[in-house]
Amino acid sequence: MPGPLTVSELLARLAIDARRVAVEHNLVVLKRGTLDEIIVHEGDQIEIVNFVGGG
Amino acid sequence: MTSDTLTIADKSFSSRLIVGTGKYASPAVMVRAHEASGAEMITVAVRRVNITLPGEGGGPRVPKEASLLDYIDTSKYFLLPNTAGCYTADEAIRTARLGREAGLSHWVKLEVIGDQRTLFPDNEQLLEATRVLVREGFVVLPYTNDDPVVCRKLEDAGAAAVMPLGAPIGSGLGIQNVNNMRIIREFARVPLIVDAGVGTASDAALAMELGADGVLMNTAIAGAQDAVAMAESMKLAVRAGRLAYLAGRIPRKLYANASSPIEGLVGR
Repeated sequence: MPGPLTVSELLARLAIDARRVAVEHNLVVLKRGTLDEIIVHEGDQIEIVNFVGGG
Repeated sequence: MTSDTLTIADKSFSSRLIVGTGKYASPAVMVRAHEASGAEMITVAVRRVNITLPGEGGGPRVPKEASLLDYIDTSKYFLLPNTAGCYTADEAIRTARLGREAGLSHWVKLEVIGDQRTLFPDNEQLLEATRVLVREGFVVLPYTNDDPVVCRKLEDAGAAAVMPLGAPIGSGLGIQNVNNMRIIREFARVPLIVDAGVGTASDAALAMELGADGVLMNTAIAGAQDAVAMAESMKLAVRAGRLAYLAGRIPRKLYANASSPIEGLVGR
């Protein structure tokens, strides 16, 4: 993907609804309000999680 | 029994049954089972999102799968994210933090597994993760062994409840060590939730009769041939067991004790 881009932009390009997920950027969990500000760089480690069925 | 609520940390629940969202035959069955269970707290797992990359040349994307949250009315149910599948304190702590951000609540069902076949907890890692997460302001509900000493240590570490297993997760064996559960009941100053091992309604009733404050289950309902009917049976069993506990059962006796009067028998 062409960069640089913000986490919000990354989620949009992946067609992920930001309200339903949590994002970890280089091992730091991002607060919802910061997704528009944090820039993703080449080589950054991103985890995107959501809720699935479990006990 | 309207005022008999389960209070954990700063929240009160009128249902003492906590149910999961895993392994249902379909989302529709899950929704109906949740309703039938009367539960107000529902566990969910935290997992990576399946990423569907945009089609080449702006072509169509793979259709997005529905999210679990499409089937859970979060105005009605309180979501309890779990750290199932984590094998170290670090993994569990990361997962708990992500769950907090995804669910916007600071509650976590803390699981740190120590063995793949039994899914028994790793007490050392569990205690460590509990300490860290409590420091970070989490309401920690740890899934633990049915060991009174570990339960006490978790409580001392700041756990908001202790959740000993009745039997291995998904085994349906019922409470294997009734005596330990009684001792944990004696020791615990925080709510005691029997988590895992329930197979059928009598197991849930027994947990409550032993004085548990609640029961958490997933497979017993989701895996039943009729999950919705089983959910209702669990609701009734938990209520029945709770009532029996509060009512105070009669002592066990070795010999019979007639219910009908001995005087006035015909022919004597």
